[in-house]
Amino acid sequence: MAVMSYANAAKLAIAEAMRADPTVWCVGEDLGRGGVFKQYVGLVEEFGPDRISDAPISEAAIMGAAFGAAMAGTRPIVEMRFADFALCATDELVNQIAKARFMFGGQSRAPMVIRKPMGMWRSSAAQHSQSLESWYVHIPGLVVCCPATPQDNYAMMRAAIACDDPVVYLEHKDIWLMEGEVDTSASGSFGKANIRRTGDDVTIVSWSNTANLCVKAAEALAKDGIEAEVIDLVSLWPWDKSAVLGSVAKTGRLVVAHESVAVTGFGAEVVATVAQHSTLKTPPKRLGSPRGLIAYAPNLEDKMRVTAEMIANAAKKTMEMETT
Amino acid sequence: MTLSNFDRDKGLARLKLMERIRAFEEAARRAAVDEELVLGAIHLSIGQEAVAAAMIEPLRRDDYILSTHRGHGHTLAKGADPQAMMKELLGREGGCCNGKGGSMHIADFGVRMLGANGVVGANITIAAGAAHGIKILGGDQIVVCFFGDGAANRGPFLEGMNWAGVFDLPILFVCEDNQYSASTLTSEMTSGNVADRARALGLRTTEADGNDVTSLAASADEITKRIRETGKPEFVHAKTYRLSGHTYFDPATYRPEGEAEHMREINCPIMRLRNNLSSTGVEEGEMEAIREAAKDEMLAALDAARNAPWPANNSVFADVQDIGSPAKEAF
Repeated sequence: MAVMSYANAAKLAIAEAMRADPTVWCVGEDLGRGGVFKQYVGLVEEFGPDRISDAPISEAAIMGAAFGAAMAGTRPIVEMRFADFALCATDELVNQIAKARFMFGGQSRAPMVIRKPMGMWRSSAAQHSQSLESWYVHIPGLVVCCPATPQDNYAMMRAAIACDDPVVYLEHKDIWLMEGEVDTSASGSFGKANIRRTGDDVTIVSWSNTANLCVKAAEALAKDGIEAEVIDLVSLWPWDKSAVLGSVAKTGRLVVAHESVAVTGFGAEVVATVAQHSTLKTPPKRLGSPRGLIAYAPNLEDKMRVTAEMIANAAKKTMEMETT
Repeated sequence: MTLSNFDRDKGLARLKLMERIRAFEEAARRAAVDEELVLGAIHLSIGQEAVAAAMIEPLRRDDYILSTHRGHGHTLAKGADPQAMMKELLGREGGCCNGKGGSMHIADFGVRMLGANGVVGANITIAAGAAHGIKILGGDQIVVCFFGDGAANRGPFLEGMNWAGVFDLPILFVCEDNQYSASTLTSEMTSGNVADRARALGLRTTEADGNDVTSLAASADEITKRIRETGKPEFVHAKTYRLSGHTYFDPATYRPEGEAEHMREINCPIMRLRNNLSSTGVEEGEMEAIREAAKDEMLAALDAARNAPWPANNSVFADVQDIGSPAKEAF
């Protein structure tokens, strides 16, 4: 076990995969300088500029060309710089990459990892802060992954590179420097949740950085005698329904929390699934950003955030409602 | 052109391919219009056969092509099986894409035809990427990317060609200019000259008569040899004319009256090649026999397609994705 940052955990996974397989390569803007968040620092020295490839500011070409190179027999890791900029390559991802295998009757695969740094960090306003993970879950053909810890960023990156399907890989920008122990012998598995904390009173479901806030909320709740079970889904398609259903069968109470807009967010899918398969003791709570826009000024930006305190309060509410 | 160095055998081989393409398109039109067997839109390349025949002639089997929504001719020229193609147009089992793609997504990876595309211009960046893949893997194949004149007004045209130039990729971009962007005259929607755009991106550019298969094939031979040697991208602007409508059900009433008929009389690429062959002594009867054989082949393909079953219902969830497959969890 080694302690490393969330950014370096993914970098280690990439370096190991590139050493093992010469067809794995990375392409994106500024990769030769280590990437905009330094998440590629040192890789160009080891693997050279052909495999840690800079790219013009041409998101559509980065995505499209990586797809073509995947069909020609390579395994590209695509860097989109900011998840927001990946919208410039929406046709390439949604109409081409996600559909090619099916439309061509199984003649091709698109083994690609599409890295999209997501989420709010600090005063980056509406075009550099979005969390659009639920959009991608809506697109058949894509695997969607949102790791929240260094361990999961290592293990899921290895799994994503090994996967023959295109994986939309959303790393949260606010936790690049988050440190944690990483067991490089642990393998990641899509559709397998990370139970961050066990508890019998209330189930809290989340992913990405909000899952870290849920762990903090659960620690605060424990001081008030409420034991929350925190389920970090890690991947949203496929997602670990059985972990969630098993947990709510035990607790009978549910909170879902995510940074993205609450309206039609993936939390709605979780709540709907629980409603179809389980009976809760109290109504579920759903936390997400208001359907508003992310501002530059920090006080306005904060209006869009889901906090650990809000999560803890929502959990308490599910406990109170039963008794009233 | 002078006919002094006209290669009779090559001419006949090209005629055979071009007649096969036209016969495929006519059979497809019959299947769509007369028999209502083709349920979706198909885009016919009647009048544009010389571009497919000439540009693909010098390619090896392991070279790649990518095509457009109007891609039957390119696919046949690369060596795909017309029966599998016709089954695909009819959405039947045994189609090249098992009935899941239809005409606009026709593909045959066995002959390295990496797909037609339903989105204009979208194949340009993908084709550049296939060439990028070749370079990374150290291969000596090349890629030919076909697109229409309308694609020159989409972003991927700039991004894809810039990409090929920046990374020195072995790819030939072929703008198959049939003069119409669906139902709009492309010249009315295009600022400047398309070939100049490619030149401005630093690509060696050739402007050609896309309906003269003999001279176009000579250019293609020279250009593809050069690309294989230098590994550098090039651009061909091949001017042709779409003798049919945008789709098979488009009467093309937006064209000046008589334009298509006039072009068919003076600029049909098959007629022009036949005239050349005729002047070198090839008998009309031999050329008619080539035409009849092509028709027979494609009507047999249509028969095979007509008699093929629909794909199995349970194939609808196959080949979407391995992880999170809808076969296991669609809901």
